Amino acid sequence: MNASLLALQALNGLQYGMILFLVAAGLTLVFGVMDFINLAHGVQFTLGAYLTASFVARFDNFALGLAAGLAAALALGVLLEIAVFRILTRRSHLEQVLGTFGVILVVTDALRLVYGPAPRSLRMPEALSGAIPLMDGLMYPLWRLAIIAAGLVVALALWLLVAKTRVGMLVRAGSTDRETVSALGVDIERLFVLVFVFGALLAAFAGAMAGPLLSIEPTMGDNVLILAFVVIVIGGIGSIRGAFVAALLIGLVDTLGRAFATDVLKLVLSNATASAAGPAIASMLIYVLMALVLVARPAGLFGGNGPS
Amino acid sequence: MTSSFRRALLASAFVAPALFGAAAQADPVKIGFLSTLSGPSAPLGVHMRDGFLLAVKELGGKLGGQPTEVLVVDDELKPDVAVSKVKALIERDKVDLLAGVVFSNVMMAVAKPAAEAKTFLISGNAGPSPLAGKACSEYFFSASYQNDQNHEVMGKYAQDQGYKRVVLMTPNYQAGKDSMAGFKRHFKGEVLDEIFTPLGQLDFSAELAKIASAKPDAVFTFMPGGMGVNLVKQWSQAGLAGKIPFLSAFTVDETTLPATKEAADGLLSGAEWAPNIDTPENKAFVAAYEKEYGVAPSLYAAQGYDAARLIDGALKATGGKTSDKEALRKAIASAPFKSVRGAFKFNTNGFPVQDFYVVKAVKRGDGAYVTQTVSKVFSQAADAYAAECPLK
Amino acid sequence: MIEAAAFRQDEPLRRPLRAAALVLVALAAAILVAWAMGNAWWLSFLARVAITATAALSLSCLIGQAGLVSFGHAAQVGLGAYVALIAGEYGIADLTLLAPLAFVVVALWSAVTAALALRTRGVYFIMLTLAFAQMAYFIMQSLSRFGGDDGMALARRATLFGAPVLKTDLGLALAALALLAAALIGFVWMTETRYGLVLRAAKENESRALASGFRVFRFQLYAYALAGGVAALAGVLLANQAEFVSPSYMNWHRSGELIVMVVLGGATSLPGAVIGAAVVLIIEEALGHWTEFWKLGLGLVIVAAVLLRGADLSALFGRARR
Repeated sequence: MNASLLALQALNGLQYGMILFLVAAGLTLVFGVMDFINLAHGVQFTLGAYLTASFVARFDNFALGLAAGLAAALALGVLLEIAVFRILTRRSHLEQVLGTFGVILVVTDALRLVYGPAPRSLRMPEALSGAIPLMDGLMYPLWRLAIIAAGLVVALALWLLVAKTRVGMLVRAGSTDRETVSALGVDIERLFVLVFVFGALLAAFAGAMAGPLLSIEPTMGDNVLILAFVVIVIGGIGSIRGAFVAALLIGLVDTLGRAFATDVLKLVLSNATASAAGPAIASMLIYVLMALVLVARPAGLFGGNGPS
Repeated sequence: MTSSFRRALLASAFVAPALFGAAAQADPVKIGFLSTLSGPSAPLGVHMRDGFLLAVKELGGKLGGQPTEVLVVDDELKPDVAVSKVKALIERDKVDLLAGVVFSNVMMAVAKPAAEAKTFLISGNAGPSPLAGKACSEYFFSASYQNDQNHEVMGKYAQDQGYKRVVLMTPNYQAGKDSMAGFKRHFKGEVLDEIFTPLGQLDFSAELAKIASAKPDAVFTFMPGGMGVNLVKQWSQAGLAGKIPFLSAFTVDETTLPATKEAADGLLSGAEWAPNIDTPENKAFVAAYEKEYGVAPSLYAAQGYDAARLIDGALKATGGKTSDKEALRKAIASAPFKSVRGAFKFNTNGFPVQDFYVVKAVKRGDGAYVTQTVSKVFSQAADAYAAECPLK
Repeated sequence: MIEAAAFRQDEPLRRPLRAAALVLVALAAAILVAWAMGNAWWLSFLARVAITATAALSLSCLIGQAGLVSFGHAAQVGLGAYVALIAGEYGIADLTLLAPLAFVVVALWSAVTAALALRTRGVYFIMLTLAFAQMAYFIMQSLSRFGGDDGMALARRATLFGAPVLKTDLGLALAALALLAAALIGFVWMTETRYGLVLRAAKENESRALASGFRVFRFQLYAYALAGGVAALAGVLLANQAEFVSPSYMNWHRSGELIVMVVLGGATSLPGAVIGAAVVLIIEEALGHWTEFWKLGLGLVIVAAVLLRGADLSALFGRARR
């Protein structure tokens, strides 16, 4: 393995981590601030991808399609919030898990009914469809760099929002001491809706950004959801900073594991054993990482301090 | 939206009259059709089902002149779910025949209960090696191919092209390992790396970087369904298309081409069928399928279509009776139908002896992407396991 | 034991026992009718209901009684199935040996993972149980000797003292019913012992239970191991029923489905878990026969159940919670 390959794989891990961050950021806020376990958060990712794909195809323009797709995904998210989630926020965690699991089933099959089971594709914008040579023999798609850039911009904006604005202050306060905040005359319900809408928007945006790289199908949000949970748990629930660090960690560990686990094992094991065990270990790595982090720090890396 | 929605309606509308017909007629033929209709691999199962139902429709809702009821069930790509659904078809619905099955792991799970119940099972796609060899069964016939064969085509092709160093990449499950074994059966050059990816992985950035740094003469891969769509798109985005020959099987076909479009242009695959195979049956099939469903058929559709026509021919030979198992077996084994693939006969293990081609993805005049034969690699080829099968 | 007395007052043992007996008698009657009508498919469906209900029941014991929400319980079921498969490959197929083996192996695995997971609480605990289940899943997926990701057919159905009791559909259904009955009555009885009361006390208020001098950690560990062992027995029967074992048994979706069954049946009601399992399987079977979009229907039922009556099917049936 040479240095440029390692660097390239690190870049791949970074890009993967950014997508995870966009999904996890909303999840951790909704969970941290509203104390609401939303399994249907992955649905927003899927909706973002599907709706952007169909609007981009209709308008034949990426920016326009993205805007319309996000708006539509958001509208559906708000609809779900009003019809289902608003009631669930007042229920126990177990009922939230059950109810939002039901929402996943409904939306997944509804998408299959409407769009058919065939995977959809999303065309990336012309301007960013090129690639630059980063390594001998391999072009690095500009789109992946655009995802990294978008992730960094969102992370920065979120940090500014949470750390520097009045709304951010209320969000931080709301997650640690809800009673006091509402006693101060803040409309906590409106704050919750705001947080929810923002989280849903980020997840839909992640789906739209990942769309051109993935095949768009009804269950695409499932695995992203589980990984997003891994991320927010490692990072500490409610912590944006934790979600950012953990997302990049997971992205890097997963990508580097897939790229090098078999090769590393070959140094100590026979070739046959290494190629049997390598993929299994690569798949397991992120869960091993989560177990190690939680055993050492039972509330995650940045847990217990509210949004930070 | 509308086309697939209409298709679902059509499928259910089609089963309904068949059910009413069943009530009126004394002894309808019941066929249990098992397919993968949910999850990322659903398009394969939908094509296979649509091909089968199209043939039944063309025959006036009758197979072998008998009113026919087709019970379509979704195996969800879960072997245990498939077992319980097959048991339901046999024990509750008392089907006369079973057909379908896209994936080999599902097939391995359902072949045994089907054989134990002495119910014939006509594969519309999966052809795992045990069923062709030691575990072959007189109740199993394949209207498709043996799993290794389409991979063997690519191995032979790579060998003939003089490629010396290749990288192989498949999902980490039995069919993936079989695929590599099939490729290596005729390829004698050096295999630089065998990359196993988790089944269902959708981002191949890490693997592509690895492949690019290995600089092979060619890459061979087997990535069915959504995995193939992503791999092909990312392959093209990474600028590898045109630089490193991309050989595949069950990766670039009419189920994935609508999503990959120009990214797959010119990519080569191994297959036993393509829409341009020049037989009157095939021309009629392709035209009818496109008219009915609005998309180009894939090899899964062709196999489903052939499976229905095979059953039709066999039932004609037995006078519509399914009770005499030996007579039915003899009738099926004689392959009494005209395959859309042209020449087609059964080997002693119940698998076809047929031609295999290298096919290429091309853009058709109307803008649709389809596969097209490039050259015939094997003529009237049998599979590698038939000798191990004790049946004669 | 002041808490214990308090609990005893709100929870007379008679009511859950009566509900348990009702559920078991209903299932036994259904099996009998299916057998009398010679309907093999109904027998095997009822066997599947009893097996799944046993798995859900063991999870209900964790969630409803001990307050330990495991998001990896399907792994325990799957590991039990794998013990049956692997032991079968080595010629061990008699339940006298197989059942204790599966119980002990999986109970040990559960205890080891619980020892680590119990260091955390709440959603962190949930995610750790998922992590260990995923590890078990990937380990089994990599064992190509035992089918890898595709899974493998069972060598032959298990025997009891050499008699092929699981060979027929009736035998299997009765064995599944017997296991369910033993587990249900055992768990209901356990909730009223000092052990069960401590678990519930710790669920309501852990620090108070700790302050009362109970070694909560050890009690929870035992509960987790016991539930794992019972789930493993369900797994052994599941392997015999499908005659097939694959890692998909351990998929996190399956763990999620088990949670759905438990919560749908009323998390704190043990017989409710059995009803929840039966309802989900019946919906799946009835809708699945009618449309390929059956999950849409199941999802709507779940959402409606949660929103309307507070996620408790037994409430829908007019029975009081708890």
